[in-house]
Amino acid sequence: MKLFEMNHVQKSFHNNTLHVLKDINISVNEGEVVAIIGPSGSGKSTLLRCATLLETMDGGDLIYMDQYAARNDENGNSVYGDKAQLKKVRSCFGLVFQNFNLFPHYSVLKNLTDAQTLVLGRSKEDATKRAMELLEKMGLASKAGAYPCELSGGQQQRVAIARALAMDPQILFFDEPTSALDPELTGEILKVIRQLAEENMTMVIVTHEMSFARDVADRVIFMDGGVIVEQGDPKEVINNPKEERTRQFLSRFSNN
Amino acid sequence: MTLMTMIMKMSEGFTRTCAIFFLTLIFSLPLGMIVALLRMSKNNIVSNVTRFIISVLRGTPLMLQLLAVTYGPLYLFGWSVSRNKLIPVVIAFAINYAAYFAEIYRGGIESMPVGQYEAAEVLGYTKSQTFIHIILPQVVKRIMPSITNEVVTLVKDTSLAFTVSYMEMFTIGKQIANSETSFTPFLVAGIFYFVFNAIVDFVMGKIEKRMDYYK
Repeated sequence: MKLFEMNHVQKSFHNNTLHVLKDINISVNEGEVVAIIGPSGSGKSTLLRCATLLETMDGGDLIYMDQYAARNDENGNSVYGDKAQLKKVRSCFGLVFQNFNLFPHYSVLKNLTDAQTLVLGRSKEDATKRAMELLEKMGLASKAGAYPCELSGGQQQRVAIARALAMDPQILFFDEPTSALDPELTGEILKVIRQLAEENMTMVIVTHEMSFARDVADRVIFMDGGVIVEQGDPKEVINNPKEERTRQFLSRFSNN
Repeated sequence: MTLMTMIMKMSEGFTRTCAIFFLTLIFSLPLGMIVALLRMSKNNIVSNVTRFIISVLRGTPLMLQLLAVTYGPLYLFGWSVSRNKLIPVVIAFAINYAAYFAEIYRGGIESMPVGQYEAAEVLGYTKSQTFIHIILPQVVKRIMPSITNEVVTLVKDTSLAFTVSYMEMFTIGKQIANSETSFTPFLVAGIFYFVFNAIVDFVMGKIEKRMDYYK
């Protein structure tokens, strides 16, 4: 079943002088793990920001579980749904940021429960129960009372993943989740994502970790210059790229 | 006049000094937030008009504003000067300080990293939930040192009420100094302000410390 779909996405910045996304089509099935790779400036982060409604598309459809967040009108301009519609759509997905963006004034536990009570209307007990389950899973149950500034980068990112999961999203997006971490902390995040993949969590991961993408993803998408250059089975795309541009990009990671 | 009588008389005025101080804070702290939000309005007319008003309030002496609020209605509309001068004094102080607080609030709000808004948005917080639960508490912590600065200045600024002959401590001290041809009342006033501000410093320090549980 298709969980998420984007059709004919167009996006420009600076009064249309910088064309970042050029007719992107992407769809993700339930339980699928998709890795998006590509050089900086290829548009992969912008694509993720459009998918999570942090950026508005100039043109294209954005659909979650058959619900339109935006649809193309006859002139090829994206028309977004109303507030209620976008609220419904927002509840479908979660996003893990590169630099965590935890709420520093809240304890770890409150970071996980606040949105549950405010947005989902869960009782404090239910929210706390769900939060503790997730912290347990992340190996951070003992840190429930700590503040984000007291945690390592890897621990903060695990809290951020738990915070996103606490909202029970159907699909989870990751925007370079390990890029702000020391190499030795990267492993603990990749382990968590791998575990989620085993539990059949639907995920879209923008990453520079090629070997991780190859091992965990069901599909790899290579983007460059605002277009999808190549996509398919991760072992095929990463070990045997068809396109010259993909080969060029991957050659820089050959020591991986 | 003995030193003791001097101090007693000035103490009576000190109640009024406190009245100016606390009433100004009670009105200007929330008013400043409203002004800050207007100043940051997406509507250009609203934000520019607010910016102009702030620049007038910050660019002219508070003494002049006190005179304008107290005697302006008399010259403009022929209304009699308010019997209780506390009213125009507090109005002038509250408006003036709101302008300063507004700029402090704005600086604090604009210094917040955009990631905090984005994280809240993705989690489904509404705009007002984001502001009240996520942004404002962090802004308060950030701006506390600047607020303390303004509050300390306010303690000393209450003495400006002498320009409209409101009988607060400094006005009384000045009258005694004139009639007794003595400098002592000014010395006494100085000590009053210094002790008042020592207390303000202590209290504000406590508040800042209470928000020190995170970085």
